Amino acid sequence: MPQTLAEKILQRHTDQDVREAGQIVQCRVSMVLANDITAPLAIKSFKAMGARQVFDKDKVSLVCDHFTPNKDIESAEQVKVVRDFAEQMGITHYYECGEVGVEHALLPEKGIVGPGDIVVGADSHTCTYGGLGAFATGMGSTDIAGAMALGETWFKVPPTIKVEIEGTPQEYVGAKDYMLNLIGRIGVAGALYKALEFSGTAVDDLTVEGRMTMANMAIEAGGKVGLFASDAKTLAYAAAAGRSGDIELSADAGAIYERVVNIDVSDMAPQVACPHLPDNVKPVDETAGLRIHQAVIGSCTNGRIEDMREAAAILKGRTVDSKVRCIVLPATPGIWKQCLKEGLMEIFMASGCIVGPPTCGPCLGGHMGILAGGERAIATTNRNFKGRMGSLESEVFLSNPAVAAASAIAGEIINPAKL
Amino acid sequence: MKVTGTAHRVGDHIDTDAIIPARFLVTTDPDELGANCMEGLEEGWISRVSKNDVIVAGENFGCGSSREHAPISILGAGIPVVIAKSFARIFYRNGFNMGLVLLEVGDGIEKIGDSDSIEVDTEKGEVRNLTTDDVIPCSPVPEFMQEILDAGGLVPYAKKKLS
Repeated sequence: MPQTLAEKILQRHTDQDVREAGQIVQCRVSMVLANDITAPLAIKSFKAMGARQVFDKDKVSLVCDHFTPNKDIESAEQVKVVRDFAEQMGITHYYECGEVGVEHALLPEKGIVGPGDIVVGADSHTCTYGGLGAFATGMGSTDIAGAMALGETWFKVPPTIKVEIEGTPQEYVGAKDYMLNLIGRIGVAGALYKALEFSGTAVDDLTVEGRMTMANMAIEAGGKVGLFASDAKTLAYAAAAGRSGDIELSADAGAIYERVVNIDVSDMAPQVACPHLPDNVKPVDETAGLRIHQAVIGSCTNGRIEDMREAAAILKGRTVDSKVRCIVLPATPGIWKQCLKEGLMEIFMASGCIVGPPTCGPCLGGHMGILAGGERAIATTNRNFKGRMGSLESEVFLSNPAVAAASAIAGEIINPAKL
Repeated sequence: MKVTGTAHRVGDHIDTDAIIPARFLVTTDPDELGANCMEGLEEGWISRVSKNDVIVAGENFGCGSSREHAPISILGAGIPVVIAKSFARIFYRNGFNMGLVLLEVGDGIEKIGDSDSIEVDTEKGEVRNLTTDDVIPCSPVPEFMQEILDAGGLVPYAKKKLS
């Protein structure tokens, strides 16, 4: 029977016959992930389960990226718990200090996750690796503890919504805009319990990084996974990250989809998600003129090198508005170094940006960019829930890196084309 | 399980930042997390809640982060059951793993008003509104999830498998 991409990947990791949506299957996992917020709870559950060893020390990643550099004594104590556990278990992929990056940028860069894998992570944006053709999904800490101990977990086979994206985008429109547009169409619960499978010429034209930006936000539509077929581009990306043996993987012809959503990007303007939900999406010009106090360029959604390049292209030779804090956070040490090499750091500093270390900090209102009451931010991050970046009386608008950079210069939300 | 308490109505798409904001995620202690439950929705929300009260929510309750601190904070607040039109996926799994009972009742949710007195019977699979006398049927717990519940949660389930 023809299988969707989600079914096909699940099938590679189970001895059961993956037949239909709704079926419960037990699958072996390729990688289990947790961070400095979720790992301490996972470790607690792991010990309560009576587990003594992780199922495979090479298949567990612990990335202390959320409150890094530690913001206070409590967060330092949490990292200590994770560090001690990693040492005790002999975990290969443990990252903190100068080695740490935002987990969903770091793991693909290091070749730790890739096409055809099943990745479960105690972080909702684990779905990012769908951009590489991995069935990757977020779970809670106790589920992750179970997976760390057993090397397997259960999945309900999701029904799939096929998203066909066609057309050639205009300047300053890309992956983030496609995804915001989709979330605006189907809503924050539009893909609840379901898989999103992306295809079409506009998707084929995207870089693997762009696909990860889209997959990252599948959860913002309620989705279990956001999947892209792995093609020649994916394999080249994976090989450059040091992986071998990966193969191209796509859905079978005739696979059954719950519905198909068609999007033409040809006339699409840059998209902005307005407070307080990611589906409150408007073309940028409808939000233009709104005064901002902060711009954040970074996170697991848009903190990769091509995002840094996009922001730098706008910031070059211009100055950030004197009343705006423009925070630039390259997502990994590798991206940081690449920014230095390409002269992007010079551009960020010359334009008056605050360049910080790789951290999730401001995205979740953790630290390094918290908003006061009445303040408004534009961010390349993935969530704009009420109070997400600080005060309950603050507002977060989501956009692509070009819109965020242009808005930092203008001091108000603006279409980069009108700068 | 039978629970009788006051219903606390919340809206659609109540996210995990509303249930427990990031600034409180520097502990895993249920009492501390419980004391700040729903602090991202409304400051001091918890002051209206008594033990065995029930959260009654709209669509997509628990959307957002995978933070297990969210169901823990609800349990820590003394709330054993959440009834919603629908739940976000990760939160749904987390709830059962933590022993927080989650009941999906679809449009039946409209039959419960804020501050109504309700009785939840998980075995019978129904919610009774004691204020209005309405009876609302609930979706059954999926078979596999029931196995985890029967084992006493995911921790004992895995413990059994590991031994």
